Amino acid sequence: MTEPLIEVKDLTVHFPTDDGIVKAVDGVSFSLLPGETLGVVGESGSGKSVSFLTVMGLINTQHAQISGEILFQGQDLLTLPPDEMRTVRGEKISMIFQDPMSSLHPYYKVGSQIAEAVRVHQKVSKGEAHEQAVEMLRRVGIPRPDERADQYPHEFSGGMRQRAMIAMALSLNPDLLIADEPTTALDVTVQAQILDLLDRLKQEFNASIVIVTHDLGVVAEHCDHIQVMYAGKIVEAGDRRDIYYGAHHPYTWGLLSSIPRLDEDAAKERLNPIRGLPPSLIFVPPGCAFHPRCPYVFDKCRTDVPELLPSDGHHASRCHLSLADKERIFHEEVMART
Amino acid sequence: MGRYLIRRTLFMILVLFIVSLITFIIFVKLPASDPARRAAGKQTTPENIAAARHAFGLDKPVYIQYARFAKGLIPWPGLFLNEDVYYSYTNFVPVKEEIFSRLPVTIALAVGAAVTWLLIGIPIGIISAVKRGSVMDRASMVFALIGVSAPVFWLAYLFLYIFWFKLGWAPPSGIPIGESVIEAVLQGRFILPWIVLSLTFAAFYARMVRGNLIETMNEDYIRTARAKGLSEKRVIYRHGLRGALTPVVTMFGLDLATLLGGAFITETVFNLPGIGQFGVRAIFLNDFPSVMGVTLFGAFFIALANLLVDVAYAFLDPRVRYT
Repeated sequence: MTEPLIEVKDLTVHFPTDDGIVKAVDGVSFSLLPGETLGVVGESGSGKSVSFLTVMGLINTQHAQISGEILFQGQDLLTLPPDEMRTVRGEKISMIFQDPMSSLHPYYKVGSQIAEAVRVHQKVSKGEAHEQAVEMLRRVGIPRPDERADQYPHEFSGGMRQRAMIAMALSLNPDLLIADEPTTALDVTVQAQILDLLDRLKQEFNASIVIVTHDLGVVAEHCDHIQVMYAGKIVEAGDRRDIYYGAHHPYTWGLLSSIPRLDEDAAKERLNPIRGLPPSLIFVPPGCAFHPRCPYVFDKCRTDVPELLPSDGHHASRCHLSLADKERIFHEEVMART
Repeated sequence: MGRYLIRRTLFMILVLFIVSLITFIIFVKLPASDPARRAAGKQTTPENIAAARHAFGLDKPVYIQYARFAKGLIPWPGLFLNEDVYYSYTNFVPVKEEIFSRLPVTIALAVGAAVTWLLIGIPIGIISAVKRGSVMDRASMVFALIGVSAPVFWLAYLFLYIFWFKLGWAPPSGIPIGESVIEAVLQGRFILPWIVLSLTFAAFYARMVRGNLIETMNEDYIRTARAKGLSEKRVIYRHGLRGALTPVVTMFGLDLATLLGGAFITETVFNLPGIGQFGVRAIFLNDFPSVMGVTLFGAFFIALANLLVDVAYAFLDPRVRYT
């Protein structure tokens, strides 16, 4: 069996504040094999970004209580000294962010920002690093890369900036690329280009990718595995088929129903939003955190916290409904809406 | 860029003329005493006063009076602060001569103080931002609060009392006649004035750098820099400071220019023969041409600094372009 590239065990990230402890991530476990793509889906505040910022070591440990294990190539990143973590960051794991407008330094040329990443990790001359930067810009599909490398971020369009971010992230050939809402700030047409680019580069660079998003539609075509997060916990995890053709959690159903449809019938219908708001992460509802918003709620949901129980080898959900009920509701109600 | 510079220069001239007009109105139309009467002396005749008034050009219509002064504002040899109008009503020394002979003292004071406050303010600001909430940060911000609130004249006398009078570490105030500015600097005569003048600015700059840096360190591009695996030092100094110090340049240009127009209080308290001291004296004596000369000299530096700072911004921030 292949060793997982990354294995997260019972990760908890709590932020103590004056109002109470914010349980941003509350016992998250998952693993990812080399070369696979994982989609992490959830609303704002579901803990998806914080989980992966923790993997990157970008959470300020002075303000957070972190426990659990993050095994990356067999090494626990949480116990790694800062200096060693720095060599992992950028070289082995890299990350791109939601807003390419603000994620590049406005005062430095795009090429030199990429070259800087190269020079921090490899002993190469300035000229060589610059050439590598230009080559990376070419590989992410930026036309006239040698001219573009000498431009500033504000001279790039949003899509081009995200491409430049991807070029920077992949310049050291990392084993894992974390894309945190990579397409949220972009136009719809550009979104598809960026996701296709990630797919292609995954093959070329032989990297694993994590796509963090709030949009189930985005990850549909591009991910091998999907995990749905709610209030700091994984509420459903499975292969792409499990989620799209047999989701087991009412929250996932809500996400699926809220994807807009483009066929004729749908034009007359309104979108089906999930009612209510995500819970406070300080006062998480007792029992199942989703119960105040769940249309299928019953007594047990209000008191008992459901476990993330597998229904087969690759599909698991955190819900008290019986497997038969889940399958029946999905096929009778959810499929009809989507 | 060329058109921008021309537009800005024209605007600068307009500003200087407005300043001169206001100064003219305050000192000629709202005079505390009649300069002609003062020049004519205590025991005098109406003829003498009339002669003095004629000599000063104060018997002409108001717009001609202003025009005579305005001509002296044109930066051209022979016209600039022309000596037939711009001379002191009290000792008849040309204003141009006064200002240019006093300029080295003012420059020495302003530049020395500027270097001092940058050397104190910026490091303190950086350290407090990086070690936010630490004892060091709190101590620095107490220093900043004291520095910002303590009046310069009070600090000046306090420092003179302690470091010259009590401890004897610093030389007394003033520059002896015949000693050049360079000699005075080497004698340490500027050390106390530099420190006193720079403290207020240092405190202000420390707070500004701290605030800017804290804000910059929350930017997304700082997270990107960390994600690249850069050392925290490099993240702070190369990525954080670059954004945080750009607004400081603006402030610095204007502050330095203001002081080059004369550090009025510091020069007066430390008895330094600079432009500020001359200005204070001229105001007390209602010596209009001198006041006008000093005011416009100062205004010129500030307007020029404004222009230079804006132009410098185009080089510091690649997003800024002028058309």
